[in-house]
Amino acid sequence: MRVYLDNAASTKMDKRVIDAMIPFFLEKYAVPSSQFTHTYGLEVKDAVDEARASFVERIGGKHPEEIIFTSGGTEANNLAVKGVAYANMDKGKHLITTQVEHNSVLNSFRRLEEEGFEVSYLPVNENGIVDMDVLTRCIKKETALISVQYGNHETGTVQDIREIAKLSKEKGILFHTDAAIAWPYLPIDAYNWGIDLITLSPHKFYGPKGIGILFVKKGTKIKKVLDGGFNEFNLRPGTENTPAIIGAKKAAEIFSKEDVDRILLLKKRLIRGIETTIKHVEYNGSKEHSLPHIANLTFKYIEGEAISLRLDFEGIAVITGSACYSKNLQASYILLAMGKNHEQAHGSIRFSLSKYNTEEEIDYTIQKTGEVVSDLRKLSPLGREDEE
Amino acid sequence: MPVPYTKLVIEHFKHPHNVGEIKNADVKVTEGSPACGDMLTLYLKVDPETHVIEDIKFQSFGCASNIATGSILTDIVKGKKIEEAAKITWKDAVKALGGLPTVKIHCSVLAADALHSAVEIYMEKTGLVKEKKPTTKEIVMSKLSHVVDPLTGIDVVRSGLIKTIHIKDGIVTVILDLPKEHQFAKNIEEEILERLEHLWDVTAVKVIFEG
Repeated sequence: MRVYLDNAASTKMDKRVIDAMIPFFLEKYAVPSSQFTHTYGLEVKDAVDEARASFVERIGGKHPEEIIFTSGGTEANNLAVKGVAYANMDKGKHLITTQVEHNSVLNSFRRLEEEGFEVSYLPVNENGIVDMDVLTRCIKKETALISVQYGNHETGTVQDIREIAKLSKEKGILFHTDAAIAWPYLPIDAYNWGIDLITLSPHKFYGPKGIGILFVKKGTKIKKVLDGGFNEFNLRPGTENTPAIIGAKKAAEIFSKEDVDRILLLKKRLIRGIETTIKHVEYNGSKEHSLPHIANLTFKYIEGEAISLRLDFEGIAVITGSACYSKNLQASYILLAMGKNHEQAHGSIRFSLSKYNTEEEIDYTIQKTGEVVSDLRKLSPLGREDEE
Repeated sequence: MPVPYTKLVIEHFKHPHNVGEIKNADVKVTEGSPACGDMLTLYLKVDPETHVIEDIKFQSFGCASNIATGSILTDIVKGKKIEEAAKITWKDAVKALGGLPTVKIHCSVLAADALHSAVEIYMEKTGLVKEKKPTTKEIVMSKLSHVVDPLTGIDVVRSGLIKTIHIKDGIVTVILDLPKEHQFAKNIEEEILERLEHLWDVTAVKVIFEG
């Protein structure tokens, strides 16, 4: 059996998404840049405008020009963080984010630090959640931006972005949330919740790769970070990836709440199955405030790369936060930020599900994980299966 | 197979040889720590007459490469005389496996270090060491620099966990700046005993927790 449980990395595209994209390769391939262009271009422009309108509606925006299409979540995060920082230097050069953001957010902030900005990286508690009191204390007169992710891509832990947005608004600070892994698994309501910038990533929900979306609330001061033409309301130059834009729209359109409910049931089945059949397992993150499709577990006394490789032999695809797995031989900074020690990160495995997974696949995964864990523990000097 | 390992590495990882404990081992030694990403425990049983390694077993809290090197290295030295085993290096293990990805070379180094520690302890224990130096604080420190705090991944010497060392009448007392209740206090104590107890002029080792 082959079981793909690395959907937080990327998902299988829905066939209907591909079907929607094909005409934009073969027939409607003109660029949509100008409203005074030829009929070919206008046809495409209409479709792109529809896509904009569709996203505006789904995430609680108000104006089509609030949707900026980029090359992916990474670029959208770069644009949000750097674009806002550069455009609001008159307010101040202090910025706030968390220690558990995606690398595209963290490294954008690190770049800004090199350029003379001051950045506060908020700690998280053992469940990976930001403390509102700590956030409040970090805010200064010069704070220009707060950027906190909606859900975490490694542990699935969800932040209370409504509360953070509220606080930002009270203090008159712009608020960005990286919702790349969270939306549309969880809803978002830009205007009602008071969020100024939102990053979305369609390939995380059965859409195409090579397309990201940045919602920028009308009136937000932001500067483009790539130089070129005047595309995307002069915020993101470059020829629009129209097939991917159409695909993203389709993916959002057919994304269903029923699928999410079913995925959540599968995730609960997986966690319950593992926790009842395998000893010495720790759940990493918040069970209560969690994305429906991500679970991160530590299997004590054994190492994650060994687990994931053994599971791969059984056809099961997962990843680990172990140092042995990463290119730089560093354990997951996210688990470490949650106060986990190296040993706990060492044996951590992320399971991330999709609408394509079945109960049979989950049961197979529970069984094989049990076998692999028990096998590897027999090799381990640290602990035994039979010990309580 | 798309994984970056040779067939032989995969084979040894899937079905490692010489796994487990030896109950009445002549030497038991642990190298590395989970925090560094690797940890390997070796057990040796040596023929007292011929000094041939009769049995060798290992346990690993490590990745695929760590397990595979543990497996092949124990294969290589089993049946060899202890002096020959001392000459086996990590390069021999990597060669025997048909290579390892560059970032995984340290796994083989760790396994070879464990072997060399085990050989050294055996030789000290049995008097095979030619020069019998009296155990000094410096020697104790250098031995303990192989004992790693599992939480930090830093050895107990470098991390400043060692408060004081007393050596008197063959009794070595190691005082650690660590509470008795520390999660890994027992592991650390065991590893300290492993490293010191056998030294020719040491009659007892006391580990005291004062944290």
